[in-house]
Amino acid sequence: MSAFTAVLARDLRLAARRRIEALLPIAFFSVALSLFPLGVGPEAQTLRQIAPGIVWVCALLAAMLSVTQLYAADHADGSLEQMLLCGESAVVIAAAKALAHWLLTGLPLILVAPFFGLLFDMQGDAIAALTFGLVLGTPILSLLGGVGAALTLGLRSGGVLLILLILPLCVPALIFGAGAVSAVVSGISPQGHYSLLGALLIVTALLAPWATAAALRISTE
Amino acid sequence: MRGLESHPRTVLTPPLPTLAAVDLACRRGDRILFKGLQFEAKPGQVVWLRGANGRGKTSLLRLLAGLSTPEAGRVDWAGGAHQLVYIAHANALKEDLTVRESLRFLARLHGRDDSVARLDAALALFGMASRRDAPVRTLSQGQRRRVALSRLALDAAPSLWILDEPFDSLDVEGIATLNGLLTRHTAAGGSVVLTSHQVLTLVEPQPLTVQLDEVSV
Repeated sequence: MSAFTAVLARDLRLAARRRIEALLPIAFFSVALSLFPLGVGPEAQTLRQIAPGIVWVCALLAAMLSVTQLYAADHADGSLEQMLLCGESAVVIAAAKALAHWLLTGLPLILVAPFFGLLFDMQGDAIAALTFGLVLGTPILSLLGGVGAALTLGLRSGGVLLILLILPLCVPALIFGAGAVSAVVSGISPQGHYSLLGALLIVTALLAPWATAAALRISTE
Repeated sequence: MRGLESHPRTVLTPPLPTLAAVDLACRRGDRILFKGLQFEAKPGQVVWLRGANGRGKTSLLRLLAGLSTPEAGRVDWAGGAHQLVYIAHANALKEDLTVRESLRFLARLHGRDDSVARLDAALALFGMASRRDAPVRTLSQGQRRRVALSRLALDAAPSLWILDEPFDSLDVEGIATLNGLLTRHTAAGGSVVLTSHQVLTLVEPQPLTVQLDEVSV
């Protein structure tokens, strides 16, 4: 367990030392969302309708933007080898890195999403559904992103490959997350969407750290 | 059963850090770097791996550390993961952390004592105590090497040190400190496998040489 907390605490501290870079995903998310009303036009009805979809798309892209560098620096300076030799399973390292990534990108997105709900003139219950969907969905993005980052470690065009690998896997989260909001807006229960998002989260949480660990072993060989 | 496992006697006598390479072969791409390599690092011994550039010294060290799997043969390692210290060519220090934070992370990661007093003593041994609060990015190459090597001073139990070019970019004083550590470590029952381009100035113990150039290919 000491390896888990050591890696987590170090990643958070490193982010605190590089605040501008750490804030980049959330800045991207905010700027991209703010541009939509300008581009699409200020019609409240249209904005309300497209809001859940574009919030989810922007969250997905913000997560992809930040996940490419998840293991790259540790690989380059030899820290990753040290982590793999720490005597605990690489699964522990993968879980700690994914949690750190979620705390640094997923959690801030969840916190600012309600404000963008207001910007897009969404109703209170729709904003709640959007936020709850992001709570269930953003950890999926961090976990899957970790698998992609580990698989593409050390490759020259790793960034592009990572997006090709991981985006299709993230699409279900996008569909059910945005679907939950649409369901609430049209007066249907969002329960089914939440259950599916929850199931996705459980499956990725159970499988992704193991897949990441295996990919790290292969990449560092 | 738990009571038996945590019996003081088993805690006091960890397995001796003996490492044996048995018929080891390594391949990089379609090139065989070495095969049929045999040697042993017993407690109290320093094994010096020699060979020209590109003969697979680093690959061999990574095999011994368990970071990669051999093409053929096996590595017999009697100790546990916590009895192994691998210091690669890369120093594993974070540019944005301070010297002490970097060392503390490595100590915590490997389950070593990470108390401030212990870390500072280790840094002081390598003459880095005055720089302990400086960010790693402000250090010179030699100073970074000193910080990476000060991890060795945190080691208490007899263990195996696998060191890739530890003398690289060290000055005379740094080399003397490292030699002192190696002597103390082996005297306490530890073992060492290292590579070095420079001729070793280690007096006690006399290093055993393994020549990779002479291994059949």
